[in-house]
Amino acid sequence: MATGSDARLPVKAESKALSFYYGALHALKGISLVIPERHATALIGPSGCGKTTYLRCLNRMHDLYAGNRYEGEVFLYPEGVNIVAPSVDPIEIRMRVGMVFQKPNPFPKSIYENVAYGLRIRQSVRRTELDEAVERALRDAALWTEVKDRLHEPAWALSGGQQQRLCIARALATGPELLLFDEPTSALDPTATARIEELVTDLKQRITIVIVTHNMQQAARISDFTAFMYEGKLVEFDRTEIIYTNPSNKLTEAYVTGRFG
Amino acid sequence: MQRHVDEEFAELKTQILRMGGLVEGQVQRAIRALVERDADLASQVIERDALVNSLDVEIDERCIRLLALQAPAASDLRFVTTAMKISTELERMSDLAENISERAIELNEEPQLKPYIDIPRMANWTMTMVRECLDAFVRADSKLARKVLSDDDFVDNLTHQLFRELLSFMIENPATISRAIRLTFIGKYIERIADHATNIAELVVYMVEGKIVRHIDPSALLDKSL
Repeated sequence: MATGSDARLPVKAESKALSFYYGALHALKGISLVIPERHATALIGPSGCGKTTYLRCLNRMHDLYAGNRYEGEVFLYPEGVNIVAPSVDPIEIRMRVGMVFQKPNPFPKSIYENVAYGLRIRQSVRRTELDEAVERALRDAALWTEVKDRLHEPAWALSGGQQQRLCIARALATGPELLLFDEPTSALDPTATARIEELVTDLKQRITIVIVTHNMQQAARISDFTAFMYEGKLVEFDRTEIIYTNPSNKLTEAYVTGRFG
Repeated sequence: MQRHVDEEFAELKTQILRMGGLVEGQVQRAIRALVERDADLASQVIERDALVNSLDVEIDERCIRLLALQAPAASDLRFVTTAMKISTELERMSDLAENISERAIELNEEPQLKPYIDIPRMANWTMTMVRECLDAFVRADSKLARKVLSDDDFVDNLTHQLFRELLSFMIENPATISRAIRLTFIGKYIERIADHATNIAELVVYMVEGKIVRHIDPSALLDKSL
């Protein structure tokens, strides 16, 4: 569905006929979608369309609950491992595919320990290496200058926007290739939102980003590609500017102009 | 779902139509002032240009407000941005009607150089283009818009013909030069009005189809309309 020139973009992830069931509920119905590498792809659609469900498939988040079932495949490149294959270790996948949630959810630990956590559980790291990694992640999350003098204070002392950037730093610490954002700014004020949006725009130079958002203007501002989903199906996928100026599908048109329902 | 913003869009459309009607009247009166050598009518046209200007500002303000507050997307976005640009095109047309009136007043100082035949023909043809491009906007009819694009050639040809004729007057008798030059200007003004109508027609094609057809070889456009 993407235009010809985009066909040559490197692909970071790709779902092929992906279906997902919450028990008997058929939530995703055969979604085939390509996630271009080092670009931001937005998933938009009305509540219940399956966009968060799709996002959670990309790092096996659904495995936490019994009765959930995947069908089809989700390949993570370059090597093309099938993320949803039962034989694949979800912990390995989550090292490579990070996630940032709607509400900031720092651990009840210090700022430093929040960022160091992922590295500690993975392997024993020397203190100096850990310090460096924490600083790098905090810098990448545009939080370092604000917290460098109070790294050992509790994370809950930070503002909502800072907590969310801390969660991004935590996700960045393990060096993910793909970062998933599930409505990352819906609990933040406009200033904090703008900082996260700037951050996403910076990060996509290096990391592939998939973002679920209800804020259509946000999707328009920060994403390069947009996928519009409806009732568990992918309706249209194209360059964001095309989705917002001249979408091909009538349903997409109705949704982005607010004529839905 | 009926949206409140649809009322805003309907009002914007009405404003464009009102401005279009006003501009059409301006051009018609300017040509009548020339043909009937009516300096009063010409002065009225010059005065009424202010009305068109204030509508231009009103439409701009409404569009800016819609863009800021509604953040329209897709066909809504194309509609609002098109309306904004159409308003500018109409405002330029009214300026040209004013220019025609100014030349008409100057021409009244001397006897009429020749019977006016081609100028009213050009003007009538141009007025049809103006009406049709606005109809195309209101009805979102890109087929009609493409017809307007092809109609422009006729006006261009008449402009050249008029120029050649006036040139022969000037060569034969230098006493005709000041009048002939003014009439050449008027021909050029009408031709520019027709150009603005084609600009509007191109904007309408974008609004309806999402394709930018400005600065493209016109013959390529005609192929698509078939």
